Amino acid sequence: MSAATLDDVTVRFRGQTAVDGVSTELRTDCITGLLGRNGAGKTTLMQLLTGHRVPTAGRVRVFGADPYENDAVLSRVCFVKESQRYPDHFRVCDVLSSAAMLFPDWDEDVARSVVADFDLPRRRAVKKLSRGMTSMVGIAVGLASRAPLTFFDEPYLGLDAVARQLFYDRLIADYAEQPRTVVLSTHLIEEIGDLLEHVLLVDRGRVLLDEDAEALRGRALTVSGPTAPVDTFATGRRVLRSEAVGAYTRAVVETPSADARATAVAAGLSCERTSLQQLVVALSQPATPDLQETLR
Amino acid sequence: MNDDAGPIFLQIAAQVENAIVDGSLPEDSQAPSTNELAAFHRINPATAAKGLHRLVDDGVLHKRRGVGMFVSPGAREQLLARRRTEFATQYVVPLLTEAAKLGISATQLAAMIDQHRDQA
Repeated sequence: MSAATLDDVTVRFRGQTAVDGVSTELRTDCITGLLGRNGAGKTTLMQLLTGHRVPTAGRVRVFGADPYENDAVLSRVCFVKESQRYPDHFRVCDVLSSAAMLFPDWDEDVARSVVADFDLPRRRAVKKLSRGMTSMVGIAVGLASRAPLTFFDEPYLGLDAVARQLFYDRLIADYAEQPRTVVLSTHLIEEIGDLLEHVLLVDRGRVLLDEDAEALRGRALTVSGPTAPVDTFATGRRVLRSEAVGAYTRAVVETPSADARATAVAAGLSCERTSLQQLVVALSQPATPDLQETLR
Repeated sequence: MNDDAGPIFLQIAAQVENAIVDGSLPEDSQAPSTNELAAFHRINPATAAKGLHRLVDDGVLHKRRGVGMFVSPGAREQLLARRRTEFATQYVVPLLTEAAKLGISATQLAAMIDQHRDQA
């Protein structure tokens, strides 16, 4: 079951291709991490799925219908934007009461308890809030909307580590209570890696990875040791990244088979499973890393 | 969770098993729920559920409809039996491999085990 599908979707604007022939789907009742570098096309993808933008080519379907100017679909979709603007005179409580009117599944108890957890001043004008507090308002709306399809686009801007943890804890608790389709766009991969069920990694408008998070955890090994045995181990395997200092090399190597680790250890290499964050970095870096050249 | 210790759902299953083996989760007692495990370990509830389902498949836990998961009778003995079988591959073989590498003979190894017996 999928909540939304993209079918060979392309978006071009100002002579740039922001989304380049993307086909994917968002599985129902699943937390998907939308990952990628700045400018990779994450926000554009979310704009397509929330009816904020029409594709140049291809087909977008949300709950089986075109989301653009489609109220029946959009009332079930909540998009917490990175830079959400509110009317100038709006106070925190005004944002919450208008959101309550917008979303049919709105849960006032959730809204109240998130506001209390974050210690948000209900009567303060939103434009007077700090960056972090503005993010908290968005998070409160996103969680309380209980929308069947909820997007969080870098919802943590300006939030300190404590508040971010609070957000993750609330998200798990709320998702456990009311499973729904959640898309989290984030750069803080290390922090949310264990929350994700699925990973969609985009780079330059294309999909690099579209897989279960658990499958990715065993995808690559980071091996390090003297250059010769590292090279021997890497032969015949896909090397995602390699760095060397003197005769010592560290390489991120794709290792689909489970016995690769034993092979590396037997060769005297030190070896650890590549974390999701390291894997994303290794996959989305420029094709020809010239850092070494620059250093020389 | 620990990136280097394999899939998260297996880590969850292993932790519940450990609690059964060391007796902190006795037979017939209620196992932590999916949501409790998800919140505690800060992981996706689906992953926690996968870990618990594995234990149900193994017969270590069983479901009581509408109540939750409980430790099955005989679960501890079952886990102990399995761990005893795994003990050879997980501990004895690596021990012998390292001993051979260092030139420690079987007799010397046995003497060392005797010598350190009271430290365990």
